[in-house]
Amino acid sequence: MENYLTIFTEYDIPGAFWVNIQLTFWAAIGALVLGTILAMLRISPVASFQAIGTSYVNLIRNTPLTIIILFGVLALYGQLGFNLGGEFHENFFRLAVMGLALYHAAFVCEAIRSGVNTVPLGQAEAARAIGLSFMPAARLVILPQAFRGAIVPLGNTLIALIKNSTVAAVGSVATEASSVMKTMIEFRADIVIPIFLTFAIGFVIIVIPVGLLTTWLSKKLAVAR
Amino acid sequence: MKRDHATQSSYNGPIVELTKVNKHYGALHVLNDINLQVPKGEVVVILGPSGSGKSTLCRAINRLETIDDGSIKIDGKTLPEEGKALATLRADVGMVFQSFNLFAHKTILENVTLGPIKVKGMKKSEADKLAMQLLERVGVANQAGKLPAQLSGGQQQRVAIARALAMKPKVMLFDEPTSALDPEMINEVLDTMVGLAKEGMTMLVVTHEMGFARKAADRVIFMADGKIVEQAPPNEFFTNPQTDRAKDFLGKLITNH
Repeated sequence: MENYLTIFTEYDIPGAFWVNIQLTFWAAIGALVLGTILAMLRISPVASFQAIGTSYVNLIRNTPLTIIILFGVLALYGQLGFNLGGEFHENFFRLAVMGLALYHAAFVCEAIRSGVNTVPLGQAEAARAIGLSFMPAARLVILPQAFRGAIVPLGNTLIALIKNSTVAAVGSVATEASSVMKTMIEFRADIVIPIFLTFAIGFVIIVIPVGLLTTWLSKKLAVAR
Repeated sequence: MKRDHATQSSYNGPIVELTKVNKHYGALHVLNDINLQVPKGEVVVILGPSGSGKSTLCRAINRLETIDDGSIKIDGKTLPEEGKALATLRADVGMVFQSFNLFAHKTILENVTLGPIKVKGMKKSEADKLAMQLLERVGVANQAGKLPAQLSGGQQQRVAIARALAMKPKVMLFDEPTSALDPEMINEVLDTMVGLAKEGMTMLVVTHEMGFARKAADRVIFMADGKIVEQAPPNEFFTNPQTDRAKDFLGKLITNH
């Protein structure tokens, strides 16, 4: 037991999780913004906008996240010199955030679209009938109700994002949890299983409140019909 | 001053004008060569068996349904296909739906003020005042802070009427406004509509309420199989229908009641 506890002094485990939380935070904002735009494209009456939204979702959702993150580091940065600024390691962090955001935006889009399906068609018709065109009708009538109907699927996407933030490891973000875990396992082969369990439980502790919160919010904010 | 007035009302034709309107749902010819003119102030009631195309006709007038050919004009202007111009025109056409369609996430007051504020750019204080007047008029002012789901069907439908009136429409369309209501709530909505008709609102009403047609309509239009089969003032239509389809329809209503 004492042997196990030494890993907490040798390594900054909370710090490692903090990096994942930061990755998640920024990527979640990016994914929410882009996902909302994509959802609006997909529900818009303009066929070419729909096609753009659909193509994005089908391409990105069906590509493994590892490949997207690797593409950011090796192709965008390595080959094309695409730099998101800051110091060397900050650039990798930002590239990872970008990859996570681009990937999860596809899932956010689909979650919002499932929320749009909870809004009866009559709501859109009533909005159009008082003279609102597509954008104001979407912003004032459809999306506010769609978000409230999409809280659970959005929460699921956030949970996936929290865990997927460990994929930043392949994007050279060496301070995040799974990278730190890998290092620890290399040097402390005597307690491999406790190390695994430590990180597994760490993620469970972070994720469970998100699930509880989204369930609570979805009940509290449900639109009464 | 007089000249101003003259330019504003230089158009004296019908508020709603449909010319040779056709629409198909696959093989079903749901609107068949419809011609219809509704002058200012007229109250037109559209009757007909279900599937006769009367709801489609009503919804086509503010382009919630597209048409295959023909033309629909509101106040002399052809309905635009899409975009801002269509939205602007729709703002002049009030619509009341069978299922009320109040904005479920907004309060009663917000339901009525949304159009004036967002479409017409009215100040919130002004829109609130207008909305409260209208809610007062339809008898639900005391519910202004509630959400639609907290109101009865009849109250919701009266709010829907107030929401449409808040846009100061040139014509009001009613698409079976009492069909989703419990019997004891039908009259409160019909009374509101009769009041509107008496004030001179131009109205086009799809309904099964013969009482309303008798009381408030200037003209009854009877539709069957996508066509206007017969039209006459209500007394004439109910006492002396000309076509077999209309006789048959009225006969069934009487045996049902």
